[in-house]
Amino acid sequence: MESILGRYRNLIILVGVLFLQVLGLAVQVKRSATDARDTRLIRIWAVGAITPFERGLVWIENGTGNIWHSYFYLRGVRAENRQLKQEIEQMRLEQVRLSQDAEQARRLQTLLAFKEQYISKTVAAQVIGSGGSDLSRVIYIDKGESSGVRRDMAVITSDGVVGKVLMVYPSVAQVLLINDQSSGVGVILEKSRLQGVLRGTANGEVVLERVMSDEQVPVGENVLTSGGDQIFPKGLPIGTIAKVGSGKDLFLNIRIKPAANLSKLEEVLVLVEKQDRQAMAEDSVRVRAADILAQRLPSVPEKPATANESAPETKAPAAHAGDEEDVTSTDPTTPAKTAPRKPAAAAAGASAQTAPGQSVPGQIKRVTEPPKPKTSQPQANPPADQGGPH
Amino acid sequence: MPITYTSGEQTEVYRFSVPVTIGVPLLALFLQAFVPLRFPRFAAYFDLPLLVTIFFAMARRNPISGLFTGAVIGLAQDMLGHNPIGIYGIAKTVVGYGASSLGVKLDVENAGARLLVTVGFYLVHSAVYFTVARGMVNMTQNWSWSSGVIAGLANGVLGVGVYFVLDRFKQRT
Repeated sequence: MESILGRYRNLIILVGVLFLQVLGLAVQVKRSATDARDTRLIRIWAVGAITPFERGLVWIENGTGNIWHSYFYLRGVRAENRQLKQEIEQMRLEQVRLSQDAEQARRLQTLLAFKEQYISKTVAAQVIGSGGSDLSRVIYIDKGESSGVRRDMAVITSDGVVGKVLMVYPSVAQVLLINDQSSGVGVILEKSRLQGVLRGTANGEVVLERVMSDEQVPVGENVLTSGGDQIFPKGLPIGTIAKVGSGKDLFLNIRIKPAANLSKLEEVLVLVEKQDRQAMAEDSVRVRAADILAQRLPSVPEKPATANESAPETKAPAAHAGDEEDVTSTDPTTPAKTAPRKPAAAAAGASAQTAPGQSVPGQIKRVTEPPKPKTSQPQANPPADQGGPH
Repeated sequence: MPITYTSGEQTEVYRFSVPVTIGVPLLALFLQAFVPLRFPRFAAYFDLPLLVTIFFAMARRNPISGLFTGAVIGLAQDMLGHNPIGIYGIAKTVVGYGASSLGVKLDVENAGARLLVTVGFYLVHSAVYFTVARGMVNMTQNWSWSSGVIAGLANGVLGVGVYFVLDRFKQRT
């Protein structure tokens, strides 16, 4: 007997070690296929041994990168700056238009007593490591419990959704990417409003599941989060539809091109706080496209203030030129708000000569309420074009 | 009498200092986790902890030491991912045992033999991983011979270089 044990000692130990590992694996699989919380204590050893080096290397890399970018790589910055300023101008105009749409949507949501999730706080984090395997698509970020990061928080970049927090350690956190085969995100298509579930595949692709084969899904359509999974707030960009084919069991096989570059992540945002609140419609509109243009265009220098300027006769043209849609300044008799804009606003197409009800090309239309006349002040001659909604 | 295909010089057993025994596997794990951030396809083709397992197992020529080296490195690699702990552990235990057993019987000191051994053990490792992941953990796995062989050759080429560097740390017993 002893000779048999001695002869097969190596093999017996191999079988024993394998058996123990298989047993451990079976226990983990039985408890939960995806929940890794049970093994957190064991994993923390490996994470604690590796991440300090990763953090250090990222720090050194960023330091040298910053020196390069701050001092040596400044060629073409002036031209780029000019171009970016132009882009900002364009985007501000676009923002005004979008804020009008958003305000309208908010008013409608208020009417319907909608509740919506808002992102109220994010934490920026640096990506310091990966899972090191093609079969475990996770990344490590340099923020953990101490920074308020918790399990199941959404992780995004400015481009789109990245994934969700899977494991949290004191100073680092593990993030499961959306292209991992165990991830799932509730999504909605931007135009067709079809809903489905986004999943990763074994080879790192992202597919949309649960869309019936009789649906029309155009290639290139944007995919957004639906908010149904209670992790990602509604409306975050996920990607675009790259390929549509017939799948199995009456469902389409839809491949998605993620908006965020999942293979080259450097900085991410963790949504640490969301708020469920009812939509509130704003009473007033803040900025108008014409106003922004007016500020940029040359204007006639202001005349020194005289006693006549406060008279009602001088106010009327100014308010008139401030154009018919301005309800931000709720008091049309205040000259300080409208007078300086007069020439520029006129140049921008906010015509003082436009007849009431006549639309001006290029102007942004909006539904407004008529300004309420002040009872204490005489409103003998209110401007004709401010009298009602357009 | 056991049949060996190595000369007396080549069957020499090596040992390593404690810093090398701990530091080299840690460095391999660190690089395996860090390099894919800059070269995303690295993790798809290369497995540095596997190369370190094969090297230590072949150099020590002790099956028990080899299987424990493989088990520890594999389990540590499992801990960095999110899949259940033990899949890499089992695969690398088998590789560690096999490589050390082979090291006793074969000349694994020259580059050609090392290349072939690494390609072979990469395929063994992949097969064990595939079986365990699919059979026990129910993970979706796609087996591809072509990508397996390409990745095996890539690891083999890298392994020859890595072994050449690690040979410097060998100490004769």
